[in-house]
Amino acid sequence: MPLTGHSLRAPAAGLRLFLRSASVIGLAALLGGCDMVVMNPAGDVALQQRNLVVIATVLMLMIVIPVIALVCLFAWRYRASNEAARYEPDWDHSAQLELVIWSAPLLIVICLGAVTWTGTHLLDPYRPIGRLAAGRPVPADAKPLEVQVVSLDWKWLFIYPEYGIATVNELAAPVDRPIRFRLTSSSVMNAFYVPTLAGMIYTMPSMETKLNAVINHPGDYAGFSSNYSGAGFSGMRFRFHGMDQAGFDAWVARNRASGATLSRATYLALEKPTEKVPVMRFASVAPGLFDAVVNQCVRPGTTCMADMMHRSGGHPAAMEHMPGMGTPQGRRPEEPLTTAGAGGPAPATPADVDHRSDAAPAPRHPAH
Amino acid sequence: MTNAPLSVSPILGRFTLESLPLHEPIVVATFAAVALGGIALLGAVTYFRLWTYLWREWFTTVDHKRIGIMYMILGVVMLLRGFADAIMMRLQQAMAFGGSEGYLNAHHYDQIFTAHGVIMIFFVAMPIVTGLMNYVVPLQIGARDVSFPFLNNFSFWMTTAGAVIVMMSLFVGEFAQTGWLAMPPLSGISYSPGVGVDYYIWSLQIAGVGTLLSGVNLIATIVKMRAPGMTMMRMPIFTWTALCTNILIVAAFPVLTAVLALLSLDRYADTSFFTNTLGGNPMMYVNLIWIWGHPEVYILILPMFGVFSEVTATFSGKRIFGYTSMVYATMVITLLAYVVWLHHFFTMGSGASVNSFFGITTMVISIPTGAKIFNWLFTIYRGRVRFELPMMWTIAFMITFTIGGMTGVLLAVPPADFVLHNSLFLIAHFHNVIIGGVLFGAFAAINYWFPKAFGFRLNQFWGKVSFWFWVIGFYFAFMPLYVLGLMGVTRRLRTFDDPGLQIWFVIAAFGAFLIALGIAAMLVQFAVSIRDREKLRDTTGDPWNGRTLEWATSSPPPDYNFAFTPVVHDADAWADMKAHGYVRPTSGFKPIHMPSSTGTGVILAGLSVAFSVGMIWYVWWLAGLSFVATLAVAIAHSFNYRRDFHIPAAEVVAAEDARTRLLASGALA
Repeated sequence: MPLTGHSLRAPAAGLRLFLRSASVIGLAALLGGCDMVVMNPAGDVALQQRNLVVIATVLMLMIVIPVIALVCLFAWRYRASNEAARYEPDWDHSAQLELVIWSAPLLIVICLGAVTWTGTHLLDPYRPIGRLAAGRPVPADAKPLEVQVVSLDWKWLFIYPEYGIATVNELAAPVDRPIRFRLTSSSVMNAFYVPTLAGMIYTMPSMETKLNAVINHPGDYAGFSSNYSGAGFSGMRFRFHGMDQAGFDAWVARNRASGATLSRATYLALEKPTEKVPVMRFASVAPGLFDAVVNQCVRPGTTCMADMMHRSGGHPAAMEHMPGMGTPQGRRPEEPLTTAGAGGPAPATPADVDHRSDAAPAPRHPAH
Repeated sequence: MTNAPLSVSPILGRFTLESLPLHEPIVVATFAAVALGGIALLGAVTYFRLWTYLWREWFTTVDHKRIGIMYMILGVVMLLRGFADAIMMRLQQAMAFGGSEGYLNAHHYDQIFTAHGVIMIFFVAMPIVTGLMNYVVPLQIGARDVSFPFLNNFSFWMTTAGAVIVMMSLFVGEFAQTGWLAMPPLSGISYSPGVGVDYYIWSLQIAGVGTLLSGVNLIATIVKMRAPGMTMMRMPIFTWTALCTNILIVAAFPVLTAVLALLSLDRYADTSFFTNTLGGNPMMYVNLIWIWGHPEVYILILPMFGVFSEVTATFSGKRIFGYTSMVYATMVITLLAYVVWLHHFFTMGSGASVNSFFGITTMVISIPTGAKIFNWLFTIYRGRVRFELPMMWTIAFMITFTIGGMTGVLLAVPPADFVLHNSLFLIAHFHNVIIGGVLFGAFAAINYWFPKAFGFRLNQFWGKVSFWFWVIGFYFAFMPLYVLGLMGVTRRLRTFDDPGLQIWFVIAAFGAFLIALGIAAMLVQFAVSIRDREKLRDTTGDPWNGRTLEWATSSPPPDYNFAFTPVVHDADAWADMKAHGYVRPTSGFKPIHMPSSTGTGVILAGLSVAFSVGMIWYVWWLAGLSFVATLAVAIAHSFNYRRDFHIPAAEVVAAEDARTRLLASGALA
């Protein structure tokens, strides 16, 4: 009697169904409870990157799901104990199947390749952004906010040339204004990453990278280094504030009110390895500091790399007749990147930095 | 140890008592355990008077089968070390929240993740892959040994020497704190003045000699030593993948050697290849190391594709579906492996066209790989699938690897990579393909060929326990990392701020614990199988109804593999021989020409360790002496004319008669 069989199986099936739905709900709750910032960003560039992640995943699932289903189906259907299944030990070729096998992934890759080509060009970090959000092109008169980023051991320096201010471990930008980052590093490689804003980009010593982005919603977001850089790497975190214009103006004013100056000497003290540094604010910044960092010539008496290349074709000896240009660019007396040898404690306030630093040498800006 | 510039003593170099990590209780306890275990092992070997046996029969052997087995043992032993590192990381990351520093300081933690990567790739995956190829390839092609038997022994000991150097760094000095690829400028002398990076460099350089020579050896073997009738398109798929892998090794490892040599020059001779200033360019290192690094992942996975092909065909009781397209897929992967390296650093500011190019070439690799998956699928189709352990691992691989492949192609889309690069999503991806592909393949291979190597099967119960703990443990350990990656969490972090992340790390740590049980069950499986070896005995030499030549000889095979070189008429040579009523010859045996054992490999590798120690610790006299000694021994070895001997016909007759009796007893039982 089919009914008996059914009623016998029902509790087990019911239990299985219950367990399955419970686990699905549990997983959903767990996933819902967490903040998947990459899947739900507040900046338009990161949003477009998210969209590409979704499109690529859907495209691939079109082939991945059938494959996994077929593996399970075939493995079950052709198990040795199933004598009913067809068995053809010498069947090893089928031109039609081979065609499908090679062309199905090929078609997916052609689609994905097209998406990749356009997406990569549109979302090239060096390319100024074309829109603030979907359907909102960048106004013609919009002036991007330039932020110069220097990764130091183990903190972040942000310079705002437009406002003449600088901060350590705190970044802010007004919503819906394009931001143009120029990035470099003082000693080793790091990567600048604010997941909610835009994808990451490496910061590398003696090199400059660029990143264009925009933040669409006000908020307090996490930023950090996403490329391992030594002992203090885990503490290389900063906050990124998306603000309305009034809030941003107040933030700029607050930095100006700090009164501290980021001179070259201050920078040289600041670049010494320190960990978990609190936010610092500077009301003014030595001119040309960022370019000097890129060219490894903040320290007085060192030749900037760009000048070296221009004037000598790379031979320091060829410059010895030039006043001030003959000093070979030697190794900087770097500190080792370990806590043990990391110099003094972190400066607690910018004032401390000024007091602890050597007398500021006369700034020397080599003409470019 | 401190990193202050140490004075270099003429006798001890920069070694001082400070170099011993006596202040690290974890390291001291580990050392105590390792020392006790080591003393117990050495004591046991002495007590049972095994030294002579080990030296004559194993250490100095040039038999490709014994060398293959020693490679596998090296890989499994180092797996325990690499996994210990893994579980320490999982524990640290599950603990270090909300101001907690966890239990590992930065100096220790940074060494652990570096050592984990280096050990798992160079001293677990590589020995296992090389060991499998060493053991199986000559048998599959009907050869008596590899082309250069002494070179094979030397390669093994050089690989072991590299492993010894890495292990030494645990107790004397420190290991690199740079990540597994030691990217400059961080790995330069300015930012890593200690001995850690030097340990890294010399362990890889020494092991690299072994890997490269073994690659040359296996290519020559496959090209020149195949049995009559075995044309290229009749080679077993595993041999094909081994050939392509060794081509990759020979083309890629010199790049690693060169780039590490340049880094050494920067560190020892004050050159400026990869420095920030004086015209150095760290990005050149990044390019060069990934030009080696990307083929490396195919070096690991290709032989496993071969394993899965053999296993699927054997346990489905069918010819492999689409042999030809399988071979071409392997070749396409081999070629494409060289044009994708830049996808490891899309985020370093290359232009959009460069990024797109490398992104699309990466996606193209998924086409031959997908074809392979389909070929296995259609090998199962209309087969009679026996779910023995190797087949279980293969099914687990097909499902797991497909997921890993999908996330890999996702990472190949540059704008997607911008948000996922260096994230735990990436970590989850490559563990998904390396565990799901290389390790599952290794376990399939071990369960598949163990009866061939030792003459008895592995215990099935403990094998299944190990299988389920490994597979479920893998999903628990790495699926949370995909989620964490999407939450914007990146790799190599020691402490975390956001307490909301902790639950995921706890789940991942639980997964690692399950994997630990899987490893334990595997060790129990070995022990139980050895205990019950008489019950598990394979008298036939062909326990799985195999299809390729290695199953034509006895288990374990005699030293000479085949009394008569087989003649091949089909890709599935042994299945073809069985189908045509092959009768094993029982008379007419002749003396067999074989290579002689030599201790030169052990001696050269030992001297290389001494040389490396001298270089690492700036003990120049030791480096100089051992270098000269290495050359002297190598030259002296070239005057060794006792390189071969003949196994007398009587011995061959005795061995073959024993097999005849064994086959008869098996047939009766």
